[in-house]
Amino acid sequence: MSYKIIIEAGRSERHYWRDIWRFRELFYILAWRDILVRYKQTVIGFAWAILRPLLTMIVFTVIFGKLAKLPSEGSAPYAIMVYAAMLPWQFFSNSLSEASNSLLDNEKLISKVYFPRMIVPASSVITSFVDFLISSIILLAIMVWYQYWPSWRIMTLPFFISIAFAAAMGLGLWLTALNVKYRDFRYIVPFILQFGLYISPVGFSSSIVPEKYRLLYSLNPMVSVIDGFRWAILGNDSKIYLPGFSLSLGIVVAFLIYGIVYFRRTEKNFADII
Amino acid sequence: MSDTIIKVENLSKSYIIGHQSNEKYLALRDVLASQAKSFGKRLLHPFKNSAGGLISADETEEFWALDNVSFDIKQGDRVGIIGRNGAGKSTLLKILSRITEPTQGRIEIDGRVASLLEVGTGFHPELTGRENVFLNGAILGMSKADIRRKFDEIVAFSEVEKFLDTPVKRYSSGMYVKLAFAVAAHLEPEILIIDEVLAVGDALFQEKCLGKMETVSQEGRTVIFVSHNMGAIKALCQNVLLLSSGRVQSIGNVDEIISDYLSDGSTEFKPSLHIPKDASKIAQFTEITVSSLAEGASQIAHDKPYSITLQVFVKEKLPSCYLALHVIDSDLQTILFSRNFCPGKGNDDYILPGKHTYSIHIPGNLLVPGVYRISAHLATSSPAVLLDGYDNVCKFEIYDNGSIYAKKGFPWRGKLSVPLDWNYIG
Repeated sequence: MSYKIIIEAGRSERHYWRDIWRFRELFYILAWRDILVRYKQTVIGFAWAILRPLLTMIVFTVIFGKLAKLPSEGSAPYAIMVYAAMLPWQFFSNSLSEASNSLLDNEKLISKVYFPRMIVPASSVITSFVDFLISSIILLAIMVWYQYWPSWRIMTLPFFISIAFAAAMGLGLWLTALNVKYRDFRYIVPFILQFGLYISPVGFSSSIVPEKYRLLYSLNPMVSVIDGFRWAILGNDSKIYLPGFSLSLGIVVAFLIYGIVYFRRTEKNFADII
Repeated sequence: MSDTIIKVENLSKSYIIGHQSNEKYLALRDVLASQAKSFGKRLLHPFKNSAGGLISADETEEFWALDNVSFDIKQGDRVGIIGRNGAGKSTLLKILSRITEPTQGRIEIDGRVASLLEVGTGFHPELTGRENVFLNGAILGMSKADIRRKFDEIVAFSEVEKFLDTPVKRYSSGMYVKLAFAVAAHLEPEILIIDEVLAVGDALFQEKCLGKMETVSQEGRTVIFVSHNMGAIKALCQNVLLLSSGRVQSIGNVDEIISDYLSDGSTEFKPSLHIPKDASKIAQFTEITVSSLAEGASQIAHDKPYSITLQVFVKEKLPSCYLALHVIDSDLQTILFSRNFCPGKGNDDYILPGKHTYSIHIPGNLLVPGVYRISAHLATSSPAVLLDGYDNVCKFEIYDNGSIYAKKGFPWRGKLSVPLDWNYIG
């Protein structure tokens, strides 16, 4: 195998994807490090990944389901409906907040070693995915509790998980790059996430949005992810709004491409400005 | 072409420096504020051109860290890169290791590159030694299988077997460095790029590292080594690249270039070095001075005695602390060596906190005329830790004043010229 490398101004692009493949082990190692460190540092490590979505789900169920008396989807228990949305939302929001700080946290690596920089935010997304898997265990428990059995549609869940991945990666890469460039951007990210929690259909069903605004509402990329999750988990109780879903999916893909392009464009200067 | 492993052509790298902005980082609020300002200006003066950028042109300057650098390195070469601070050494290493992109020019590299710009890059304090070996190895580009295969070797080299399952945050700094270097030493790239990482660790370990690097290059690998320590460069490298304000000043044989570099006419004799206090050091030099009886002179007559003053500042009480002094000639050979445990106010085993000054007397009629430098080290002997050290400083000259042992025009061959006892016995 030849290792010939040519370094030229503006040339690094050509080997980029090959390099990512070459450094693939670094992905696992960085993700593994983050998980290991997290669960070593906090006493309640694993419990944290479970408690956070669980408590939020309870609050949302009580406020939206019991107090505001919003309808669930079909005959599905409100708690399951909320938790089915909580899973991708937590994954998405953890990914964004971890990814956006990842390069700054690994500042030393960036300025001392070469590797495709995309590995760092990407491995934060993978780390959040591990949390996602842990908190999905709770979903099973809740379903057993309500004696609610999923249909064949649950088999399609991996497809929606990959949309969630794409959404998290696209936006995550973009925020990461902005965060390196503008150091005060990190204060904006938590705000975006908090805001997003309420404009996304996490605590309520997107079917309560008036029909004429549904398409507009679907501009939010998380709408397709959450609707997809509910469609897969709640079985026949959930209906998907296809025009909105496609629009939302399109936006996810567009953001993924834009995120990668923007990240690649700014990446060259990371070592100089970090 | 076949044996050229690195080919650098017209390489340049520029940075933009803003003179006015004190902010280290760009902040979004500043960008927005300045854009709002220029938008406002445009509203008020719609026909006037305004600079839209955050920093207008007169406040910025383009700085060329590297300026049209070209050279070739052949396979198996050991090349030292030297130059003063800011000459562009680090920038060159960063470009060669692909951390940053050049602004212009082109480099062809025909092999895997591992660069060691820092020991222990990516070590995480919470993880154990074992975990960090895998982490650091992966960061430096080793595959998991490689690390597994060499794991025992790495551990043996590092001498920290016992603490392998302890988080590295509990390691002493020495152990940390040893483990980190052990990982790096077991990389198997075709090209190894090393920044001044050997300046850490105790003297014994430094020797081990130098030895390891020599073995690496004997295996036919190419080594690029940056250092201020001319002795180390001489010991390790065959060729040297001398950079000076971003340009290649000379390239070629190590001895010639180093002696050129050191005897560089622009560097004046500086018989005295005053060092400001560094809060991070527990003990440090504050002054190293060579003085003849004629106060402050950097040129000392061959037959006149002179003295070397070492002043140290110690923050805490230290056991078995010693000072070592080398007088080094223009070939970087140590001509004279002396060391002594630091006596400090009546207690021979400990040096007490505070300032201590030592004066070492050197008789006249000893060193032959020539240019010399001083290296001075402050260390503890058990454990062997280098606390502070300066190499090749305090350039001074012993000049030929026509004394008996230093006759003008005499072709000096030796290093010492000493009046010994001559007895006629028959």
